[in-house]
Amino acid sequence: MKTMKLICPLALAIALAATGCKHQPVGVTKLSPSPTPPPQDVNPATLPGTQITPEGGPITGGGGGIPAAPPDQFQGMNEDRAALASYTVHFKYDSAAVQKTEKSNLEAVASALGADASTKLLIEGNCDERGTEEYNRSLGERRALALREALAKIGVDPSRVRTISYGKDKPADTGHDEEAWAKNRRGDFVLLHPNSNAPAGTPPS
Amino acid sequence: MKNCLKNCLPVLLLAFIANFACGQNDQNEITISHDINVIGQKPIPVSLDGFSGEVLSVLKFDLYVQGFSFVAPDAAQYQISGSNSGNVIGRVSDKFARKEVLSRSYNGASLRRQAHAFADDIVLAVTGKKGIAQLRGSTSKIAFKAQSENGDGEIFVSDFDGGNPQAVTHEKTIVSAPAWVPGRLAIYYNSYRFGNPDIFYNDFSTGTARAIARYGGSNISPAPSPDGSKVAMILDKDGWVDLYVADADGGNLKRLTKSPEDESSPCWSPDGKWICFATKIAERRVLAKIPADGGAIQVIHTAGTPSPTEPDWSPDNKWIAFCCQFGGEFDICVVPADGGTPVILTPGEHPSWAPNSRTLVFAKRANWRYTLSVLDVFTKQVKDVGRISGNDSQPSWAK
Repeated sequence: MKTMKLICPLALAIALAATGCKHQPVGVTKLSPSPTPPPQDVNPATLPGTQITPEGGPITGGGGGIPAAPPDQFQGMNEDRAALASYTVHFKYDSAAVQKTEKSNLEAVASALGADASTKLLIEGNCDERGTEEYNRSLGERRALALREALAKIGVDPSRVRTISYGKDKPADTGHDEEAWAKNRRGDFVLLHPNSNAPAGTPPS
Repeated sequence: MKNCLKNCLPVLLLAFIANFACGQNDQNEITISHDINVIGQKPIPVSLDGFSGEVLSVLKFDLYVQGFSFVAPDAAQYQISGSNSGNVIGRVSDKFARKEVLSRSYNGASLRRQAHAFADDIVLAVTGKKGIAQLRGSTSKIAFKAQSENGDGEIFVSDFDGGNPQAVTHEKTIVSAPAWVPGRLAIYYNSYRFGNPDIFYNDFSTGTARAIARYGGSNISPAPSPDGSKVAMILDKDGWVDLYVADADGGNLKRLTKSPEDESSPCWSPDGKWICFATKIAERRVLAKIPADGGAIQVIHTAGTPSPTEPDWSPDNKWIAFCCQFGGEFDICVVPADGGTPVILTPGEHPSWAPNSRTLVFAKRANWRYTLSVLDVFTKQVKDVGRISGNDSQPSWAK
């Protein structure tokens, strides 16, 4: 046996890590019960509601759409979901192009904003459930941005507009057919009123 | 010497024939030359004797998703035997070499842990490669999103086979895209807790979480670099949905793409030099990569796979796993990391590599809900992880 091992390294290689053989004692592995701390629940209190937004260096070159309005400009405003609910804009499958047929909805939204300079607008981009999750989150945001751009073209100041994407997480219709999907590929408009207790523009404490 | 040749040759011959036979199967599959791992290869037949209950199911799960199949002892290439009364004791015999290649007993922790440890020892003894069942002295973990009916969810962490699930957030709102920081007990994820999709960092070892990106618009799809020093993300604060990169704490933000198309799902090359993502170029949905410190975008060719999204770069730098869409269905695919001819593996979405660069965890859609599954890329064997919530998706394998 020993002679064979010596003169035949190939056999050894095939046997791979032949650490054990029938005559060797059984190896022992001792496992400690919790060698690393298990994941801890996060205490929500460690997440301050007024977390400072890290601002990085300036983006060189500019360009590329309308910059987002600072989020604190919208802090504490009251959401009026009913006011503009009938002007929801719908999109084609996998598309963020605003269709010409949506012109009257956009004009109605622009006119509501024009009627009261203290109001602002939240645009929520949504997708149907067919795409993958993060893809839809990006697509929903792009739909919201397309609507903001379309509104800017008809005179709405984009600094009064906030956009958000819900991807496929907030379907208007929970069905699983084309009828439901067509309703879910949408941009919802939410009118924002200044909170009488905390006027808009007041920095958060 | 004569004796040796007599003894060795049949073994060598058998090994060559077995190899050759594997290569002859599935001629439509890609084969990687100079590599023993080939997509479409046959599983390694093993027998399991003497184990029961949880230990048996753990061994079967762990070995199946690393390319083993279970057969009767006389048909097995490796005979695995032992017992689990009290502690796990196990042996592995190589029938071709007529050798015992592993003989070990385990104590401490739980029987589950002992079974995972034995599975890793089997994989190492048989394939010479490190198993995936344990990572840094604990059972290998995955993080994922568990969503309820109304769309709200929490980030969960569990063992990679679904064992020991635990919520690691208390968000009570929409959450998404958990991503492990390599080498650390920490994740990045996306939460709407402040009424906007923002990016958070959650360190389990200290029990603290903090926001690292709360810009105007959406802050989504965080992806930490392999060394944990940077995080890629998708923002639209400058008006287009683009790819950005920042330091781990969110500082030193840099915009990498400037495209009116929507970028999504960034991931990193293992050397940290490239960020791969999904986008649209010349009206076609593609996977692309860009130098992590900025530069020109390069398309990663994935011929014949429509709408590729959700890329994940393998730790050994050989593959990019992604998902593509045929009609209404999504499939998990892999393509060589430089691009090339992709291989379609199994229905599913959101693949995430295990540290062994051959096993993937992914989300499978059925009745418009997701469950998690684990796939061995080379044998295409799939094992479902038990349902943890009603809707489990976006898994990320801890590395």
